[in-house]
Amino acid sequence: MAFDQQKDQQFKYIGTRPKRQDGIDKVTGQAKYGADTYQAGMLHGSIVRSPHAHARILKIDTSEAEALDGVKAIVTRADFATGLTGENWNILENIMADKRALYDGHALAAIAATSPLIARDAAKLVKVEYEPLPHVTDIVDAISGGAPIIRESSIEANVPEGYHKNICRRFECGKGDVEVGFGEADLIVERDFFTEATHQGYIEPHACLAHMTPDGKGELWCTTQGHYNVQRICAALLGIETSQLKVTASEIGGGFGAKTTVFIDPVACALSRKANRPVKMVMNRSEVLRATGPASSSWSTVKVGMKKDGTITAAQGTYRLQGGAFPSAPSESPAQVTFAPYDIEHAEMVGLSVLTNRPKQAAYRAPGAPMGVFASEQVLDEMAHELGIDPIDLRLKNAAKEGTKGVHGPTYKRIGLIETLEAAKAHPHYSIPLKENQGRGVACGFWFNFGGSTSVSMALSEDGSVALSIGTPDIGGSRASMALMAAEVLGIPYEDIRVTIADTASLGYNDNTHGSRVTYAVGLATIEACKSATQELCKRAAGEWGIDPEAVEWEDGYARPSGPNAGSFEPLSLKQLAAKMTQTGGPINGHFEASPQTAGPGFATHLVDVEVDPETGKSTVIRYTVVMDAGKAIHPDYVEGQMQGGAVQGIGWALNEEYVYGEDGRLQNTVFLDYRVPVASDLPMIDCVIIEVPNPGHPFGVRGVGETSIVPPLAAVANAVSAASGVRQTRLPMSPPRVLKSMKEGKVVG
Amino acid sequence: MVEVQLWASLQSYAEGQKVVTVEARNIREMLAALVARHPGLKVFIDEGVSVAINGEIYADSLVEPIPEGAEVVLMQRLRGG
Repeated sequence: MAFDQQKDQQFKYIGTRPKRQDGIDKVTGQAKYGADTYQAGMLHGSIVRSPHAHARILKIDTSEAEALDGVKAIVTRADFATGLTGENWNILENIMADKRALYDGHALAAIAATSPLIARDAAKLVKVEYEPLPHVTDIVDAISGGAPIIRESSIEANVPEGYHKNICRRFECGKGDVEVGFGEADLIVERDFFTEATHQGYIEPHACLAHMTPDGKGELWCTTQGHYNVQRICAALLGIETSQLKVTASEIGGGFGAKTTVFIDPVACALSRKANRPVKMVMNRSEVLRATGPASSSWSTVKVGMKKDGTITAAQGTYRLQGGAFPSAPSESPAQVTFAPYDIEHAEMVGLSVLTNRPKQAAYRAPGAPMGVFASEQVLDEMAHELGIDPIDLRLKNAAKEGTKGVHGPTYKRIGLIETLEAAKAHPHYSIPLKENQGRGVACGFWFNFGGSTSVSMALSEDGSVALSIGTPDIGGSRASMALMAAEVLGIPYEDIRVTIADTASLGYNDNTHGSRVTYAVGLATIEACKSATQELCKRAAGEWGIDPEAVEWEDGYARPSGPNAGSFEPLSLKQLAAKMTQTGGPINGHFEASPQTAGPGFATHLVDVEVDPETGKSTVIRYTVVMDAGKAIHPDYVEGQMQGGAVQGIGWALNEEYVYGEDGRLQNTVFLDYRVPVASDLPMIDCVIIEVPNPGHPFGVRGVGETSIVPPLAAVANAVSAASGVRQTRLPMSPPRVLKSMKEGKVVG
Repeated sequence: MVEVQLWASLQSYAEGQKVVTVEARNIREMLAALVARHPGLKVFIDEGVSVAINGEIYADSLVEPIPEGAEVVLMQRLRGG
């Protein structure tokens, strides 16, 4: 559908804000999360973890633990598949060490016992003989001369000779010739920036219940962003056929990317297989922080050249991201994303993945992008101030639009960056006078968004209600959005549609709930599945009337004769047709399977005001506005939820959150009291402005919104704190001691 | 003919070329032709790539047709959270 037609679409249900269908279950405690399922004869699992940041495992003696009354099974690496390669091997190595413990908290063995207490006691009886090895946890130290080499075998072919051997991947992209661009500049700024690892901080820890049976089959209940992915990985790690393991996704208490992989699920399966009983595993918060993926820490070097009028002539960046002891840091992401909002003729970006003795990093909303944007958007801010140009005007001057060739390669179709900037500039927030010790920050962000493989089915009941089955766990209200889209196509009330997250045995393959893909891709599949049902409904009506199916159209819940030769018949409602479906040809269902590929990119502009206490260095966010292009907001509450959630997580990342490692390489802050995420009392209301520049690749114009919202806030908050403190803040988190010190010394230091 | 734009760090595996011209009707044929022309690219293509055709990024499709004269950009496989 053409863009202009999409703009003019009139909707009956889309854009309304009905109550979420899972709301009552959640507020009454009826919703079943990962830890909320039980089975008769169920055992409880516990994991033995390394206290060393890096050590050779010389021997694991489980005999004492096995002898403890109530212990039914113990597994080590020997109980998993061999011969794995690539990411499957990396995942197995992360969830159960083989010859070396690679970080503090690395799993070495697991126990299943008749109670959680016995399992934990037994874990203490497992005797592990270690040979401690030198370790490194800091990204700068890791690529400095004397750092221990973590895993030389993981270095990829495109890492040039002479690089430190803890750099395992190198990616470079760009356009033009940066030397030419810098030669044209009136002002050049180059700075280094550092961010710490932060955890995704989901409230619900990882939890699962596995039941493997002697016939080689199994069932797994777990909290995850993608149960088909869990099924695939578990099957590979256990050495069984994928279809023999049925996986059901529980309700999920947050994931933010980190529940797109597995940590305990294959372990529970292995324990269950060995014990021949169901095994439940639930991580505690310390385990979550020590052994599940935080986002990478980073060290970025950014250089920008600019003319006096604010035109960017060249941009150059090197983004180093540490991914723990595994080659998984998403360093290509900041290289592609940081300057993507701008039309720049000369750009050169390099991403480097760095190995350290930390847990395997996991995706965290727009993985890798916030760290890079923290650097690039601060340099632009500094240059705007130096040149006396309004920071939004500077971004508008350079903003990418339809037809701009992005620095990452592709030429943009219709995008909404300029609309977000204009809306931000026009917002009352931008003109509120600031008081003493207050500063205002602006930052933009981009994220690709993508589609991914999707299966959806819908079944019509004889009373005219509809059961819609999707295969993507609902993190942010997607069931409500799917029901709205189905209601729009079918022309029946939202309340008549029940959306279920189907298990892996009940619906075809679905990619994870990630990549900001669900409302776009699953929505598109829902629309097409419902359309296939309306085609059948039209056919049934045509049969009733004795006319050609082509002479019937579906409109607002009714089959109607269409065209001059169709005849005159009283329209038939969905309920009327459903009531007769068994006599008119059988059940009416719809389905759609595809890998939609036309996800429109997302852009956002964030505004934030911060007050810095000059006596303590404490930064308080006093006002925050998110302006984002959603394409079309299907359920605006949940679009705003994503916008607010991204901003809040970004505020935490910017001001408080960090992984603190001791000299011994052990994580020092393993509980939420010491790892402090922002809570409601720390925050103002996050104001949201939804921009709707429809995505030409979606029937209703949807763009993903789950990730773009976390791209700008680190930089936006840093720009505000920099303005309030008078010192450019180049290192996160901007904790009170660090900001205070910077104000006293006039610069940020480690 | 399709002109495929490589990301910069692949150029050393394609005799320094930023753009490689191959005969291909879809992504599968394009990737195969790239590997046939420059075998050093195989390891990176096998690891997974995304392909942008006229500004639309195909995360993991092999079957997408490539129109004559299209802008084609090879990209690292997209990942999300």
